[in-house]
Amino acid sequence: MNRASRKGYDGIAVAVPVTVPYVRYSTHGAHWFIGRVLAELVRESGIRKDDIDGLCVSSFTLAPDTAVGLTQHLGLSPRWLDHLPMGGASGVVAVRRAARAIQAGDAEVIACVGGDTNHVESFRQTLGSFSLFARDATYPYGSGGPNAMFAFITSHYMRSYGAQREDFGRICVAQRENALATPHAMFKKPLTLDEYMAARVIAEPIHLFDCVMPCAGAEGVLLMSEARARDLNLSFARLLAATERHNAYREDPIMIRGGWAKDRDDLYAQAGVKPDDIDLVQFYDDYPVIVMMQYEDLGFCEKGEGPAFVRSRTLTREGDLPTNTSGGQLSVGQAGAAGGFIGLVEAVRQLTGQSPGRAVPDAKLGLVSGFGMVTYDRCVCTGALILGRGDSR
Amino acid sequence: MTQQMARPKRKNPVLRTRLPTLPPWGRSRVALGLTAAAAIGRFELQQCADCAAIQYPPREACHVCLSARLQWKPQSGAGKLLSETVLHHSNDLFFRERLPWRLGLVQLDAGPTLMVHLLDCAPAAPARVTVDVRLDRAGQAVLLGCPETETEHMAEDRVLREMTCDPKFRKVLVTDGKTAVGQAIVKALVGAGADIVWAGHAEPWKKLPGLDGITALPQVTLVPLDLTSAKSVSELAGEVAGKVDIVINNAEVHRTYGISARRGADAARAEMDINYFGMLRLAQEFGPALKGRGADGPASAVAWVNLLSIYALSNYPPHGTYSASKAAALSLAQCLRAEMRPAGIRVVNLFPGPIDDEWNQLLPPPKIAPASLAQAIVKALRDGVEDVYPGDVAQEWLARWRENPKVLERELAAGGS
Repeated sequence: MNRASRKGYDGIAVAVPVTVPYVRYSTHGAHWFIGRVLAELVRESGIRKDDIDGLCVSSFTLAPDTAVGLTQHLGLSPRWLDHLPMGGASGVVAVRRAARAIQAGDAEVIACVGGDTNHVESFRQTLGSFSLFARDATYPYGSGGPNAMFAFITSHYMRSYGAQREDFGRICVAQRENALATPHAMFKKPLTLDEYMAARVIAEPIHLFDCVMPCAGAEGVLLMSEARARDLNLSFARLLAATERHNAYREDPIMIRGGWAKDRDDLYAQAGVKPDDIDLVQFYDDYPVIVMMQYEDLGFCEKGEGPAFVRSRTLTREGDLPTNTSGGQLSVGQAGAAGGFIGLVEAVRQLTGQSPGRAVPDAKLGLVSGFGMVTYDRCVCTGALILGRGDSR
Repeated sequence: MTQQMARPKRKNPVLRTRLPTLPPWGRSRVALGLTAAAAIGRFELQQCADCAAIQYPPREACHVCLSARLQWKPQSGAGKLLSETVLHHSNDLFFRERLPWRLGLVQLDAGPTLMVHLLDCAPAAPARVTVDVRLDRAGQAVLLGCPETETEHMAEDRVLREMTCDPKFRKVLVTDGKTAVGQAIVKALVGAGADIVWAGHAEPWKKLPGLDGITALPQVTLVPLDLTSAKSVSELAGEVAGKVDIVINNAEVHRTYGISARRGADAARAEMDINYFGMLRLAQEFGPALKGRGADGPASAVAWVNLLSIYALSNYPPHGTYSASKAAALSLAQCLRAEMRPAGIRVVNLFPGPIDDEWNQLLPPPKIAPASLAQAIVKALRDGVEDVYPGDVAQEWLARWRENPKVLERELAAGGS
């Protein structure tokens, strides 16, 4: 494929990072959470609701609705509408596609939103109907959700590359430290490595603090041209590069790498930067083994060097490679499809000076990656963005 | 090696009997192909008729060449255990009651990667394993990771025992203990480690040859049971239904008439009265009791076996009314299977060809010996299959019937057996 012909994402502003604070369980529907995000996007940006002429939504709990029903529910009349069933990759993919729509003139202001509710029963119900393959070939084997599959992947990775539980613990402990300053994080109690190691086992070798907690919440941003953002006097991050890839490396009998590796050269070339230039990363963190793989697959170290990498680097906000600076899903919670937006929203906050009291000093470049949909034995959707600091108010 | 199973302790009558739970039951239509093969003890996956790629999970189109010509083909199951885990948490009641639970990820030599229930006696990853298939307690096919060669006491592996209906330590009712087939079944069950065998005896005053041989066994008790009498069935149920783990309904009447060879309906009615209505009476009394005990400890109620006939698939005119009664029984057995499923009770149907007994005296061999039939029942219970076609005749008729039922009908009409 001739990557050189791929057009850049010049002139696109990602602005107005919004989070509807997470709660463990909610009696509201997903429509409520997405409605709250849109209200906040309107309020923060100062635009009128009708100025939003594009909408991209990701949610697991909207059924029987999709983005379509949502337009009527919320009284929107977009001329560009997308519904992304991509879970943890939906934020990255939403930004990429919305950027193209704006570049092409198909829409001017696009709201990209991910959110879900969580009833006491929702998680169990989502598992059984997650995908055809899950229903036929994984759910009948213990109904553990993705835990069992990521236990396989983690165990295999540990055996292949000598990773220890402590190495994953470093990731989880650093993210918890980051979360302590995040107002909406569900977990605000410090976590020590000893506590991490002593946690109860869920699916060997995965223990309690390797798992995210399902909850309710929503996240969103607005995309528009840089010119429009300046008119509105909005702080924004610039979109420098974006990739998406689905079902990569299907020849691997067990997941050892993600689709990021396939497209990373393209990603960095498009942004004109190297991994060393990146000031902060927001990696998809359903399980810490996936965070470790992303250091490798996005070029921060070689394949198999992940364990040594996390031992040698400091991953907290003040460290030498700040990772998941809000605390990520591991410490803030996994609000369904909002998990695909949490890193995006946090990166935009950090790059626009909207994270008071917990800013990564002098952050100019951020990398956001997504990973979504364990339809069978791994997440199928991957993607990554590089964002640069744009104008600030 | 598997720890040999200890005899289950006597049940504490004060405690509540656990209600049966099932593993997740939902499957797509295409995935039921795996179940259909597993129900007769075969491990089959889809293979592309155009590019030969093996597919899993089951699909509607080939993942390599997009062909729609996917055919279910037998698999050796040879593969490599890539990784494993032990679940200590589940959101599902069935597994929650059985934690910890071992699972594996296996790459078959044939290509695809499979999630499997891993037997306790299977080696630790990475290792060579053999994948096999079983029906789980919900009656749906699941894949198992097994040692490459069968280990000692493997049948007693905790995971296998959850899938199968092994008669060991179980209490069994055999509805007719007096016939050659019935006596062979009783002996085979005792040999397989059954705790108690109640052998039904419709006419206690008749002393049939061989009967003393089984009554001498300490595990065996003769009980009065006449399937033509609702009262008789009900009385026996009152005594033993709450203890029976496996019902083997082998009572049958077999006469050798078509339509015109005998005037009147008496013989046909006698056949129906046992072969069809007998099953109905038995199921109405014993079915609910079995369903209530689907999770009653390590030797819970597990199975119901029906002795049908290969003639249930297609009428064999010289035994025309008998064939019809067995076809009716097959249909009722399907109803019974559907009703027993929620309790995890497996309904096993046997479709033998002619049995070597007095009613098939005039049929030429091969005929299946009563002892072989009995062993087929024990094997079916141990393998946890649903449909068994024991013997060469049954296997051949089945193949012919599957290939083209109409052709078989014509062959049988022409007297071809």
